[in-house]
Amino acid sequence: MIPAAFDYVSPKTLQEAVGELQKHGQEAKVLAGGHSLIPLMKLRLSTPSFLVDIGRIGNLSYIREEDGQIAIGPLTTHHDIEFSDLLKNKLPLLTSAASQIGDPQVRNRGTIGGAAAHADPNGDFPACLLALDAEFKVVGPTGERSIAAKDFFVDTFTSSLEPNEILREIRIATPAPGSRATYLKFSRRSQDWAIVAVAAQVRVTGHEVTQVAIGLTGMGTRPIRASGVEQALRGKAGHDDELRAAAERAADGTDPQEDLNGSPDYRRHLAQVLTRRALELITAHH
Amino acid sequence: MAVSQMIGASIKRREDPALVTGTGTFVDDIPQTAVVHMAIVRSTEAHARIVAIDTTRAKDADGVVAVFTGKELKAEFGAPLPVTVTFVPEKKYPNYYPIAVDRVRFVGEPVALVLASSKAAAEDAAERIEVRYESLPPVLDMEKAIMKDAPVIHEELGSNLSYDVKRSVGDIEAAFKEADVKIKQRLIQQRLIPVAVETRGVLADFKPFTGKLTIWSSTQIPHFVKVFAAVILGIPESNVRVVARDVGGGFGSKIRVYPEEILTALASRRVGRPVKWIEDRSENVKATHHGRDQIWDVEVAAKKDGTVLGVRATQWLNLGAYCSQFGTFMTLGLLVAPGPYKLKAFDGRLIGVFTNTTPTDAYRGAGRPEATFLIERVMDLVARETGVDPADVRRTNFVKASEQPFTSLFGFTYDSGDYQMTLNRALELIDYKAFRTEQAEKRKQGKYLGIGLSTYLEICGLGPAAPTQANTGVSLWGMSVVNVHFTGKATVITGSSPHGQGHETTFAQVASSALGIPVADIDVQHGDTAIGPMGMNTYGSRSAAMDGSAVHVSSMKVVEKAKKIAAHLLEAAEADIVYEGGKAFVKGTPSKSITIQEIAGAAFQTNRLPAGMEGGLEATTFFDPPNFVWPFGAHVAIVEIDPDTGATQILRYVAVDDCGTRINPMVVDGQLHGGIAQGIGQALFEEAVYDDSGQLRTGSLVDYLIPTAADLPNFELEATETPSPSNPLGVKGIGEAGTIASSAAVVNAIVDAMQPFGVKDITMPATPQKVWQLTHKNGGRKR
Repeated sequence: MIPAAFDYVSPKTLQEAVGELQKHGQEAKVLAGGHSLIPLMKLRLSTPSFLVDIGRIGNLSYIREEDGQIAIGPLTTHHDIEFSDLLKNKLPLLTSAASQIGDPQVRNRGTIGGAAAHADPNGDFPACLLALDAEFKVVGPTGERSIAAKDFFVDTFTSSLEPNEILREIRIATPAPGSRATYLKFSRRSQDWAIVAVAAQVRVTGHEVTQVAIGLTGMGTRPIRASGVEQALRGKAGHDDELRAAAERAADGTDPQEDLNGSPDYRRHLAQVLTRRALELITAHH
Repeated sequence: MAVSQMIGASIKRREDPALVTGTGTFVDDIPQTAVVHMAIVRSTEAHARIVAIDTTRAKDADGVVAVFTGKELKAEFGAPLPVTVTFVPEKKYPNYYPIAVDRVRFVGEPVALVLASSKAAAEDAAERIEVRYESLPPVLDMEKAIMKDAPVIHEELGSNLSYDVKRSVGDIEAAFKEADVKIKQRLIQQRLIPVAVETRGVLADFKPFTGKLTIWSSTQIPHFVKVFAAVILGIPESNVRVVARDVGGGFGSKIRVYPEEILTALASRRVGRPVKWIEDRSENVKATHHGRDQIWDVEVAAKKDGTVLGVRATQWLNLGAYCSQFGTFMTLGLLVAPGPYKLKAFDGRLIGVFTNTTPTDAYRGAGRPEATFLIERVMDLVARETGVDPADVRRTNFVKASEQPFTSLFGFTYDSGDYQMTLNRALELIDYKAFRTEQAEKRKQGKYLGIGLSTYLEICGLGPAAPTQANTGVSLWGMSVVNVHFTGKATVITGSSPHGQGHETTFAQVASSALGIPVADIDVQHGDTAIGPMGMNTYGSRSAAMDGSAVHVSSMKVVEKAKKIAAHLLEAAEADIVYEGGKAFVKGTPSKSITIQEIAGAAFQTNRLPAGMEGGLEATTFFDPPNFVWPFGAHVAIVEIDPDTGATQILRYVAVDDCGTRINPMVVDGQLHGGIAQGIGQALFEEAVYDDSGQLRTGSLVDYLIPTAADLPNFELEATETPSPSNPLGVKGIGEAGTIASSAAVVNAIVDAMQPFGVKDITMPATPQKVWQLTHKNGGRKR
């Protein structure tokens, strides 16, 4: 469990880091919190010959609100997200998810940018970021570009980042007042990856569901929007029977994988149960 | 705290400050110069012929000192790895050598060794070794393995069957004839991976000119390793020293002489330098033996009042690719399966089978968790079938306190115990009646609670000569040396080899109580074959009863000598000397006294000793009691299942255990906490899974789920103390009791919770998916 030999640089600026990636191409990997990459390297499942450690670059860890958007630096740790007052008020979906990732050690080191770029379909943040329609600002050799969440997560461990690009910022539109959210995660042990999890954000205005966004973890090779549920619920009053009927569509169009913890059938069932429970939880008292 | 109260005192473990601050000494911490690091190339195939091994590129790699294959080493093995005759002398088994030569039989079997200047260099070079295999069909399923057309793993044995023997007592036909109720059930003991927090590791140093070999190993059995390393490597036993310093857990997984201990020593002899091998976790999960992996086919004959008349049981044991050293020990499960109950007949059959999997051997409880799971599930199945309350079924069948000592069907003598007492107390603590009311009310609200009982009886204290000759064919003893120094401080050497149990603390308490020397002045040494006579090591919850008692006996021998010296110095008759609290005094004249410290000083000055007495204040004991010890208790779990997700939550866990005298109740509680956690691990989380080609699918701790503190309930523990009559301390054993009891308690609770769905059994681990499937097999409808 010793990684294969590799070289290491810790550039001081993003430009430098992009330059290193440009120079080493497919052989290089970006190191952020290291909580996914290092274990893979120790198992020699990943054998990059070059690591570009972006941990020494300043100003990549922040959470701030500007122009109706919340901007999150890629090196912001899960712990910082979990305990951010701003996010607790404005984006409780992220604090809810962050508090359920791994264990405190993992949350102290793991970063949101790393988790997003790693694109693990069983990771917790991808489904949240998808449900929140996050925007990914990335920087590459030819400058910056912006990728929408629906285009960012491509496949298992594959994002639409090019090998020479680095995630610079995650931006999320501040949800309108009255939005409520939760991340319901089902796993065998407290620290495990989700078998299935549901990221739900709903806004009920008066007696109408004016906004609903549901993201699913563990239901395919990438995070998935439960668009059937969203369609079924949008414009409805949010009564119990409506919630239940909508939740029944949670697994529509999904193709979950089999693993030791759950068959596709079980996962589809869990998606429905968790979606119903999430919706009941966040629409209670309306 | 007064010295005389040291037995029974919950003093803090003296081991812990070093361990929790990272200053312990595990194998990888042992300072040694000029070390060569060893990496092991292991089979990636479950079953294959080795066609060729190309080591050229590895030999050329940076830092490489040597590369060895099995073919190059085989001539140096004077004997195969040891296999004990335990319980099944009829078994057939192959010679098991530490490294494969022309055939591999499980994924993880050593194939080649790489020695290099660093661990990294050794691992890099190991990747450059090319092994060409010719795949053979893997044999994985026990029942298919003994079919006629199954590929044979060890051709010299003719089949994959190691043994198929009967162990039967009583008239089983009559029992079934008399029965009102007959129940058939298959119970699965899934394969478990022991996962000690410290993986194994070996540092071996063979000195070329003196011919002396020192092996530092993360082992439970340094004394056995010494014997067998000497035999296998052809080195006089007097030239071999084995040291186990701090050992980070074993749970049975470090109970055998391992291939790597021999290979590391052999490599050191080859290169003439110290060689170190530290197992990494990826190796650990497949190269360190696994536990359980048994199928129990059970038939029960019972009367409608819940009396269990007889049991027919076939215990299938998956031995893995070889018969491991204590690989047949788990058949003990069948011999003690009647547990605390009086059955009229037990018709047993043991079937041991080879498969292309990691060898199985002892894992916490080793046969006894399987036995308890069997009989405790049987009690609940009988309760369900007859409608008699599960607590009453147990009461009906218990051996009564008045019947102790009780001779079991298989000829064991239970030493003491009132099984009803611990059950009643546990039910009182959990408020059984109130729970049943709550359970009924909650069911109406669609909430599913369940309660599970497990009233275990455990055999431990392995293994005195008298009762073992008939039953096990082994005879073991406890060993101690107690040596009081010139200044009145003492050193205790024990034959046990603790690896987390706290013997440095508890054995000091035992010696302190007898000698009256403060605990802080007593050092306990262990795990080094060079410091004292041969010991019998630590496993099977034996240490307190065997080696703890030996410490007591040696201490009392020292006291006897101290009294003689005191009589001489106080000019009194020996018969008039009273020894108490570290002082000897003349009966009726307490002012005429002398302390143990003063006596110790005199013991090393021959002019102060009685005529003819040799100097020194020291005693050695080989302790061989008349019987095993038999701890018992009652564990009760309350769970809630969520039929929508299948999740199980343990709401309460109550245990009332009786391990006789408790030397240190806090250490006892610690053993119970860990033990219960591991049993819950088996009940809910853990299972080693192979795919069809024999690759381990649960090859990391991401997939092999051990419980963490966050996944466990609060444990509510109480104790009763029924002293064992078999040793002077009255102690029994507690290292495995938690594991032995808890799986059955939790599974019984889950099955009870699922009763409204018509579910009568669930296989371990009771995963959410399984609970969901069982509660939905009738479309989620209740019966």
